[in-house]
Amino acid sequence: MNERPLRVVIAKAGLDGHDRGAKVIARALRDAGMEVIYTGLFQAPEQIVQTAVQEDADGIGLSILSGAHMTLFPLVVEQLKAQDAGDIVFFGGGTIPPEDARRLKELGVREIFTPGAPLQTIVDFVTRECGKRRTPAA
Amino acid sequence: MTDDALLRDFEMRKPRALARAISYAESGRGRDIVRALYSQTGRALTIGLTGPPGVGKSTLASALVRKARGLGKSVGVISVDPSSPFSHGALLGDRIRLAEHFTDEAVFIRSMASRGHLGGLAGATADAVSLMDAFGFDVILIETVGVGQSEIAIAELAQTTLVALQPGSGDSIQVLKAGIMEIADVFVVNKADHPMANQLRREIRSAMEMLEWKGWIPELVATQALAGDGIEELWAAIQRHMAYLNETGEIEGRRRNAFVHQVRQLAMGRIERRLDVLLEGENSTGLDPYAAADRVISTLGVQLP
Repeated sequence: MNERPLRVVIAKAGLDGHDRGAKVIARALRDAGMEVIYTGLFQAPEQIVQTAVQEDADGIGLSILSGAHMTLFPLVVEQLKAQDAGDIVFFGGGTIPPEDARRLKELGVREIFTPGAPLQTIVDFVTRECGKRRTPAA
Repeated sequence: MTDDALLRDFEMRKPRALARAISYAESGRGRDIVRALYSQTGRALTIGLTGPPGVGKSTLASALVRKARGLGKSVGVISVDPSSPFSHGALLGDRIRLAEHFTDEAVFIRSMASRGHLGGLAGATADAVSLMDAFGFDVILIETVGVGQSEIAIAELAQTTLVALQPGSGDSIQVLKAGIMEIADVFVVNKADHPMANQLRREIRSAMEMLEWKGWIPELVATQALAGDGIEELWAAIQRHMAYLNETGEIEGRRRNAFVHQVRQLAMGRIERRLDVLLEGENSTGLDPYAAADRVISTLGVQLP
């Protein structure tokens, strides 16, 4: 049986046009053998979660550099619950102060990566956490 | 999710169940779910959309989805993008153009990585079509990877094949070449505002005049998908082709082709998975390539000439 590649949605939300970071992450995950679905810019939380559901994604990575992270991350968490998709590994990145990152993790965001985080650390995190989600489903 | 729960959720039309079922098919585990649902297939119209990278396939798909939704039809979209032959990863970016439909519950979009398959589709695309059909979508749009000249699997799978072409991409000799130019039921000259668009239309027309046609003669439609221009005409051309298939009974031939395509994918998938395992452990030291191939085939346990 072929090992099915991990599938990860990389998303940009709200009024934030800075997508270089998201593209760098998408490329790194691709090179690590994952299937990366890129949503493009300006997505609403509902669109992001709907995408992850239809794509049967194992994880969602949300990049926010606009300062709206305390609004948008919680809305995605809410949508994941509303769409019965709380098992999808939700992580994010951006210019997010440590105090905000701590609060977001309390809300259910699994990890927050800030500028300077090594790509390999992010790839390892996604491989490990999304991989865990696969195991019980067999 | 157990297979029973998956089937139950699928029959309750839960999108997650359809999404998971497609994943099963992609990893060679689609047998039970596709078999259980196969009797519910055969109702959807299937439209294939192919053409070179960057011609505007996803933008055309988005405009066609908008048109179909305006007519109250539900739509499944399958977008295939290439997998890396090195990492086996993929960057699936066709959704970007389809964003306006993300929250429409009557639209289901699935990106598929080609996972090493040639021909412009993924090995499990046919299964994904069956699953979307059984789920109840009225129209299924299948967008191939950006193709070159010879990826024509889409014509086996879809009832109507649209070939989108780029202004400035060659003269009438290109149109006369074998391969992708032979599979069009409708030619779409997208980016009709491009200065070379009229020239491309003339080249296609003049090339078509040099060929002998029997039955359906491919239509030619100019579109500017981003602005929605020409989409009414394109939809009308698709409808005329569908009507032609139904009136002449050719639709049965198309269905048969799609069936054979699906059977071939399933059979080849099983053979290839087995072959991969055998080749991995193959120790051919001292053998010539023909002898090594004979040995692998005899291990496969099939009788081949």
